[in-house]
Amino acid sequence: MVDIAERPTRLAAAAAPPAPVDAPAPASRLLGLGGRALHRTAALLALAAVWETAPRAGLVDRVFLPPLSEVLGAWGQLLRSGQLADHVGASLTRSLTGLGLAVLTAIPLGLLIGWYRPLAELLSPLLEVFRNTAALALLPVFVLILGLGETSKIALVLYACSWPILLNTVAGVKGVDPLLVRSARSMGLDHLRLFQKVILPGAVPTIFTGVRLAGAYSILVLVAAEMVGAKAGLGYLINYAQYNFAIPDMYAGIITISAIGLVVNQLLVAVERRFSTWRVDVTA
Amino acid sequence: MTTDKIYFDRVTKTFPAGAARRATGGAVTAVDRLTLGVRAGEFLVVVGPSGCGKSTLLDLLGGLSKPTAGQILVDGRPVTGPGLDRGIVFQQYALLPWRTAAGNVAFGLEAKGVPRADRAELVARHLDLVGLRGFAERYPHELSGGMKQRVAIARSLAYDPDILLMDEPFAALDAQTRDSLQDELVRIWERTGKTIVFITHGIDEAVHLGQRVAVMTSRPGRVKQVIEIDLGDRSAVADVRSSDAFRHHRHQIWSLLRDEVRAAQAAERPSTTRTEEAPAGRGTSAPVRAEEARVG
Ligand SMILES: Nc1ncnc2c1ncn2[C@@H]1O[C@H](COP(=O)(O)OP(=O)(O)OP(=O)(O)O)[C@@H](O)[C@H]1O
Ligand SMILES: [Mg+2]
Repeated sequence: MVDIAERPTRLAAAAAPPAPVDAPAPASRLLGLGGRALHRTAALLALAAVWETAPRAGLVDRVFLPPLSEVLGAWGQLLRSGQLADHVGASLTRSLTGLGLAVLTAIPLGLLIGWYRPLAELLSPLLEVFRNTAALALLPVFVLILGLGETSKIALVLYACSWPILLNTVAGVKGVDPLLVRSARSMGLDHLRLFQKVILPGAVPTIFTGVRLAGAYSILVLVAAEMVGAKAGLGYLINYAQYNFAIPDMYAGIITISAIGLVVNQLLVAVERRFSTWRVDVTA
Repeated sequence: MTTDKIYFDRVTKTFPAGAARRATGGAVTAVDRLTLGVRAGEFLVVVGPSGCGKSTLLDLLGGLSKPTAGQILVDGRPVTGPGLDRGIVFQQYALLPWRTAAGNVAFGLEAKGVPRADRAELVARHLDLVGLRGFAERYPHELSGGMKQRVAIARSLAYDPDILLMDEPFAALDAQTRDSLQDELVRIWERTGKTIVFITHGIDEAVHLGQRVAVMTSRPGRVKQVIEIDLGDRSAVADVRSSDAFRHHRHQIWSLLRDEVRAAQAAERPSTTRTEEAPAGRGTSAPVRAEEARVG
């Protein structure tokens, strides 16, 4: 159980965004700001430049890697035709449903496991086995049992998202400073209020780290799931485009997924910050 | 006997041999048939060598653990669990990091069930009492160690317990902050008339604060001697700490402790595995000098 409780936090620490680097005091503030923006996007711009020029220069086969401009053109066409919105909508519905269900089930379960030791002892071997089973390895099982429809895809997302949330929730509850618990107990708080006023707020930041990780997983596994037997969704778009040799469309789908992943992560990071100001500042 | 506010009646606390302890020889008796009375409104200081059972004693009194034998009476009634008639101030502050200073002070009031409408006024008054009027909306990480401890004291005072239990509350603070908090504590004590049980490593602190000082033996802890402190009129002399009476009491306690510290050292030396009991610089391994004696 100790191991279970520890690993997600380390994972979370590794996945945490790097602290913003202090800008060296520049002569002109504006120049400094512009410089920083350039600095932060330099690598991306370089990637875009290489992507554009390499196929044109014949360094790579432009059939397999069309220049970025062509990809963006295809992306614009998909957007205008409304196809992109359909696919994005289908994907987001699935991943948000799965993520939402995971939040609703894994957080209460994690709170129980973290708080109630006998339950933790009972379940920990089971949890060990399941969390070390890659979600995608179970995809055929889900398809077999739940069919090719929405249910199996959402179930897969739910499964994959549950682990980071569950493990972080358990770790969060266990990580609450025992001194705070003692102090609250000395004021005569009963178990329920102790939980409500000390354990839960103390665990919130760690739980949110779990939710943020789960957000990333939800998109990762969904795309893979959509490549098998789906009729809409970004994973389907990519797979279908590749199958029909509509290579620019394929790349357009990939770019869209990256963008969605980024946006979802940024959103969850912002939410996480809001809920754990007291902790972010302490560790800063 | 029963007129005492607090009465430890032959209290024994034995910790069963845990997994970590098995190698070092079974159960640990932290406190052994300890008897001690504390009068109502008294400021009693407990000093003793490290690991002699001071914190254990406070836990028992706070109702956070139960004695193996004997009983503790508060107002003649045995302690059966934690209660709002006893407030504990811990060495490490124990403030909720997600609550502001005001929120932390309100915490005890919520526990007591004080109506929301009355809380704000009580919180403000007690933050004022500890000199933190302007810091109500600060979070613990925005406060210095001394301020945090003031908040913790305000929190314990706000829900108005009869008894204040303090476990080395100033040990982590620098000398200046400690001195000023000591003075403040005495002032608060005089104003509120609470019964205070104060644990410390510092002999100076003990003499300065206590009306009586209970010196404990090394483990298993018992009360070796209780010393009445008489410093005359405190407000009459500019610096209490340099008076003859102060030096006399300091020497008295120091002599009592010296033997116990030696005993504790002798008991701990053979077992090198128990590292948690003899932290470096805690006096057990350093020669004790009367001037700056911080025993324990
Ligand atoms: N929960 C526990 N389980 C086992 N042994 C314990 C426990 N709590 C305390 N002890 C032991 O009981 C003895 C007394 O501990 P206690 O914390 O009361 O000492 P103390 O006088 O407060 O020491 P210090 O001055 O260093 O704080 C020590 O030997 C300690 O190791
Ligand atoms: Mg102690």
